[in-house]
Amino acid sequence: MELALSREDAAFRDEVRAFIAENYPKEMRVPNPETDLTKEQSLLWHRILYKKGWIAPLWPKEYGGPGWSITRRFIFEQETSRAGTLPPLAFSVTMVGPVIYTFGNDAQKQKFLPRILAGEDWWCQGYSEPGSGSDLATVRTKAVRDGDHYIVNGHKTWTTLAQHADWIFCLVRTDPSAKPQAGISFLLIDMKSPGVTVRPIITVDGSHEVNDVFLEDVRVPVENLIGEENKGWTYAKFLLGNERTSMAGIGRSTRYLDRLKKIVKAEIAADDPAHLEFCKEIGRIELDVLALEATELRVVAQMARGIDPGPAASLFKIRGTEIFQGITELTHRALGNYGLALREQTLSANQFMPGPDYGHTASEKYLNARKLSIYGGSNEIQRNIIAKAVLGL
Amino acid sequence: MDIQFTEEQELLRSSVQRMLRDQYSFEARRKIVASEDGWSRRQWGAFAELGLLAAPFSEESGGLGGGPLSTMIVAQEFGRHLVVEPYVETVVLAGGLIEHAGSKEQKQALIPDIIAGQKIWALAWTEKGARFDLANVATAARRDGKDYMLSGEKTAVIAAPWADYLIVSARTKGKRDDRAGVSLFVVDARAANLDLRSFKTIDGRRAAEITFRDVRGELLGSEGEGVALLEACRDRAIGALCAEAVGAMAELNSATLEYSKARKQFGVTIGSFQVLQHRMVDMFIAHQEALSLMQHLNLSLGAGESGISRLASGAKSKVGYAGKFIADQAVQLHGGMGMTDELNVGHYFKRISSINIQFGDPAHHLLLYVQLDAAA
Repeated sequence: MELALSREDAAFRDEVRAFIAENYPKEMRVPNPETDLTKEQSLLWHRILYKKGWIAPLWPKEYGGPGWSITRRFIFEQETSRAGTLPPLAFSVTMVGPVIYTFGNDAQKQKFLPRILAGEDWWCQGYSEPGSGSDLATVRTKAVRDGDHYIVNGHKTWTTLAQHADWIFCLVRTDPSAKPQAGISFLLIDMKSPGVTVRPIITVDGSHEVNDVFLEDVRVPVENLIGEENKGWTYAKFLLGNERTSMAGIGRSTRYLDRLKKIVKAEIAADDPAHLEFCKEIGRIELDVLALEATELRVVAQMARGIDPGPAASLFKIRGTEIFQGITELTHRALGNYGLALREQTLSANQFMPGPDYGHTASEKYLNARKLSIYGGSNEIQRNIIAKAVLGL
Repeated sequence: MDIQFTEEQELLRSSVQRMLRDQYSFEARRKIVASEDGWSRRQWGAFAELGLLAAPFSEESGGLGGGPLSTMIVAQEFGRHLVVEPYVETVVLAGGLIEHAGSKEQKQALIPDIIAGQKIWALAWTEKGARFDLANVATAARRDGKDYMLSGEKTAVIAAPWADYLIVSARTKGKRDDRAGVSLFVVDARAANLDLRSFKTIDGRRAAEITFRDVRGELLGSEGEGVALLEACRDRAIGALCAEAVGAMAELNSATLEYSKARKQFGVTIGSFQVLQHRMVDMFIAHQEALSLMQHLNLSLGAGESGISRLASGAKSKVGYAGKFIADQAVQLHGGMGMTDELNVGHYFKRISSINIQFGDPAHHLLLYVQLDAAA
């Protein structure tokens, strides 16, 4: 399914497609880019996009964005996703960057934005805490003013790729007496500051993506405060809106469905009754993808006409994650007995894995995908948002 | 259909419970899984000492005569504690096959070592491209004096890296997917020309890909009758695996309920949200249904009823879907914590995922259930 494109937009699409084909680094084509690449390797594509001027489609031109229309942004997103490229680090480009150019002061813009674009700084997100998951407004990490500094104490968790990070953007409590949402500030903290400790959290698939980040008497210059003190909740909500825009994941789901079909063809004989059963399941998911893609195109077309999409992002998040979980489950199941094997992530590449290459990451993908319905605002929370904002309940 | 357990059965359950509580905490298990071997021989010795390895065998075989119900009781508790040692593989699969199909000499020679905890066994039946079809066997066996020589490949053989002996299905006659012509063989796991490549499984156990190049094997049961023996063996294994799954589901449900009463968000416990209450009610119902069907299957196995395969497939499917639902939701309701290696919830999830592959996934058994009805 495609948007009806003008001749110029169609030419743009072809240009993007060709650029990816010619420039996407081969060494980034590993079984599981999210966990298998080093920090340097995962930045290769980022730097190529930066040189091309395409690193930050969302950003206004004055801060280094390409100045694309909504339609072109969507085309770019669609093409990069269909081609299976690793997206540039969202925490830097999609999350903290827009917060800085929207709410930051000139000094902050000059200091941070060029480094984000160039891939010189790696950012991570200091939102969740052990007691504050879905209910983010209860963050307890404290920042107390001391002259030109804040003294920060607290414990952030589920911090994705903090092990690579140069900076962390944090929600901290600056007014303990105010109502939960009112006493929060948005603070940028250098990960090299004394008192910052990162502890790995190993997940069920054996990977190290997330971390605990402990902040003990960390001195943060007041100049690293974004916007006004105690207004952090506004900035946080703005950021979460960006986080949830592209979670339909049509490109990714389409690629994984194609792969699933090849696996089913290779693993299950056409006269095995299981073959038809798989075809039925795949067909259902294909229709789910088609319907979600049509919804996404409809929303994009509306946005291009200036219509507010409302909480469409919540719908995309719910269905996009459910669809992808379904695909990883079916893929794992299609492998039959080989689904018993789980790659060991801490060991070297010469570790033995049974069965065909295309099955080697199926177990870890299946396990890892369980997180999708939990993070970025759990799917239960997303349903609450739609119930309230759309249905008026 | 509720089971009135005998005093002996209750004693068995409470002694397994006590032992696992004292010796098989989640931390103890973690150490076992992380060890070089990946299982505990010492723990296996303790199982033998308590009589768990003897429980299902008949008294003539030197066992305690507990049958499938004693297996059920043990497996249910093992499921609660995520025991990794190869109880199903050694006692239920191999032990059951030897007891049901072995000659008098084989029973006398092999079963005492199982009961005493001296020997570990694995069943090598799965082959590349055969998925869950017991009759789809390409591994070949040719006669050589009183023994046979086996050649071929077996895939994803659970517990093989730990095993002293294997029971291997191989074709003595016919085409690849002929039902007739498959025979079973006892093979020394350290035999010449047997190549075993070990890997870790999703649930923290070990399995292997095995290549046989003229490996000596001793016939178990009648030549050419292997598929029927394997089917009966699979049905008994399903009884035990479903019991393990039900044990794991009970733990997941109680952990989730407890967590929902303790975890606070938006100023209240998350258990006060109606959407999560209903979810947990559905998890409770799924466990109740799974428990009932699992008990029904094991009672029928114990009564020696014929034509049990249809019920076994039905139970494997129903319990499998119930387990998957409960495991999914237990992780979801634990939020990020459910994703961690540190908490036991993810490990129950993985154990249930593994059980759902062994001997066929829930959809496979649903189809078998329907087909067996049409065939009747």
